[in-house]
Amino acid sequence: MAYYQNIFTQVQVRGEAPEPGVEVAGLERTRAAAFVHFFGRFGNAQIGPIYLGYLGSLSLALGFIAFEIIGLNMWASVKWDPLQFVRQLPWLALEPPKPEYGLKIFPPLSEGGWWLIAGFFLTASVLLWWWRMYRRARALGLGTHTAWAFLSAIWLYLVLGFIRPVLMGSWSEAVPFGIFPHLDWTSAFSIRYGNLFYNPFHMLSIVFLYGSALLFAMHGATILAVGRFGGEREIEQILDRGTASERAALFWRWTMGFNATMESIHRWAWWFAVLTTLTGGIGILLTGTVVDNWYLWGVTHGLAPEYPHAFPPVVDPALATGGAP
Amino acid sequence: MRIVLSLFGFLAAAFLTIMMFTTAGWVRPPIVGVQTGFRGTGQEQLVSAQAKRIIEAANALPEAIDPASPSGERATAAYKNVKVLTDLSTEQFNRVMVAITQWVSPEQGCAYCHNTENLADDGLYTKIVARRMLEMTRDINKNYTAHVADTGVTCYTCHRGQPVPSNIWFENKGGPHAGGWSAHNYGFGHPGAANGSTAMTIDPLTPHLFDNAKIRVQASTSLPEGTSNASIQQTEQTYALMIHISQGLGVNCTFCHNSRNWASWEQSNPQRVTAWHGLFMMRELNGAYLEPLKVSYPENRLGPLGDAPKANCATCHQGVSKPLLGQSMAKDFPELGGKSAP
Repeated sequence: MAYYQNIFTQVQVRGEAPEPGVEVAGLERTRAAAFVHFFGRFGNAQIGPIYLGYLGSLSLALGFIAFEIIGLNMWASVKWDPLQFVRQLPWLALEPPKPEYGLKIFPPLSEGGWWLIAGFFLTASVLLWWWRMYRRARALGLGTHTAWAFLSAIWLYLVLGFIRPVLMGSWSEAVPFGIFPHLDWTSAFSIRYGNLFYNPFHMLSIVFLYGSALLFAMHGATILAVGRFGGEREIEQILDRGTASERAALFWRWTMGFNATMESIHRWAWWFAVLTTLTGGIGILLTGTVVDNWYLWGVTHGLAPEYPHAFPPVVDPALATGGAP
Repeated sequence: MRIVLSLFGFLAAAFLTIMMFTTAGWVRPPIVGVQTGFRGTGQEQLVSAQAKRIIEAANALPEAIDPASPSGERATAAYKNVKVLTDLSTEQFNRVMVAITQWVSPEQGCAYCHNTENLADDGLYTKIVARRMLEMTRDINKNYTAHVADTGVTCYTCHRGQPVPSNIWFENKGGPHAGGWSAHNYGFGHPGAANGSTAMTIDPLTPHLFDNAKIRVQASTSLPEGTSNASIQQTEQTYALMIHISQGLGVNCTFCHNSRNWASWEQSNPQRVTAWHGLFMMRELNGAYLEPLKVSYPENRLGPLGDAPKANCATCHQGVSKPLLGQSMAKDFPELGGKSAP
């Protein structure tokens, strides 16, 4: 008999035939399911049945349109050269409109118009996918925790790309599409608004982000460690605490004097994950709209300490010449 | 299946490791952090013995040239068509010509600029350019001491034995682009030498080292009171310029700045003032000397957009915070406006 006691899954989870799943009133299963050995290496080997429906199909179609607009504009920016497209792909961008266009809905296509169109389709796709997630949970009689967690991520996405630019009165404040471009935007955003590390909501977001990783590691490690006592049957252990639960709890009490329960650890994890993007979104929303320089804000509120100068005081040379740069 | 997957994972890991070691341009440890600001502020420069050796070899001075007497026959009397070095003796004039040949065209010799049949002839474009460069060198040594101090510059500071200095730049709008309705992204989204291989604007040099685009982007008040209206794209342009300075000088950001508050002069190192004067100098030199030479250059010396080759921080500095590691050649060349040490 194999055990879940290793870092890597040793067991292919698969039955004799694909499981059709629970009976759901009013839903007819049309799709076949199959086993794929490769997926069984790190998850359940069964693929399907997939339920797409109207929402899923529409979401995928709109998402594909956004993907195409972004990809084709990137390809055009290297004059349809396939080699350069692959080589420069991480750098290629689809930039939002220039500041001159403000919140204009139809700027020229070449100067941000495509960015707006791609953003519209991507947002529609994401929102439809959210709705589908909510409806699928309901159809199975589940709680809607996944949908609300996803909505927290969507909140940050909407703040970055829509709500904050609208409040600032310019699409140019929004994030470009592209792998490095959106990262460079992040650095520049922090620089422009005086160092985001002094933004308390940014601090909270980091706490929850790193906290999520820590909780995930602690929980994953705990469950794997008590797998030999049946600890991976977490839902059963919530209702009927067995020796796996007892040992896991005692381990953490020994280690740090306190333990989460089989049930509460999942609330911890859910809230940490949800609060990462929720607080992050608030931090972004406040930046530029109510605070223009977070470092100076931090000085005002006692966040940023004074350090002694290592050199004689340096004076802005532009004050003497009264000119650029 | 299991063996194939494991083998694939092993090969991928080995490949990535080898690629990291061979392509990232790393230097060998030990790498030492030299503190340049108050402890805890992260103001330090990283140096390694290997990098130091490479830099020292690249910045060795050329052979010295014997000094010349400023008295005696005047160059204007001995030679025809002398327009810039009019204040020199013949001996000094000849010394400058020998130096230029050694510094700029050691292989090509005098004929790179001169018609050997008639040295006074202005027929070669290289002579027109060289004459203007002599004016520029003297102007820098005389009027830009806020940046070059008494160290000064000579032809060698940029040329290093090559007719065309290795670090020159042209206006750049990115590679070939499909145009039409497709997004042009204002030159964002392509890696380049000037933007430090980021996706920020491919050409931060034209707006900042030729035009007078505003560099300062941060607000000077904590709340929005309109002290800065810079966009994120404009911030990226400034950021790319700073990366150029950093790479040109072989230093990191904290050589000048306290990174917690880039804009603050009070928390900056004094080097930032020198850099500020350098930016000011670059704009003036590119505008007054280098770009106007466009009319003199043949087609093949111009950039893809038809502009003249221009200078940036790397042209002189070549990866070192003080060009030629701070060794002054100009002090031995009063002919070029250099000042000898007091």
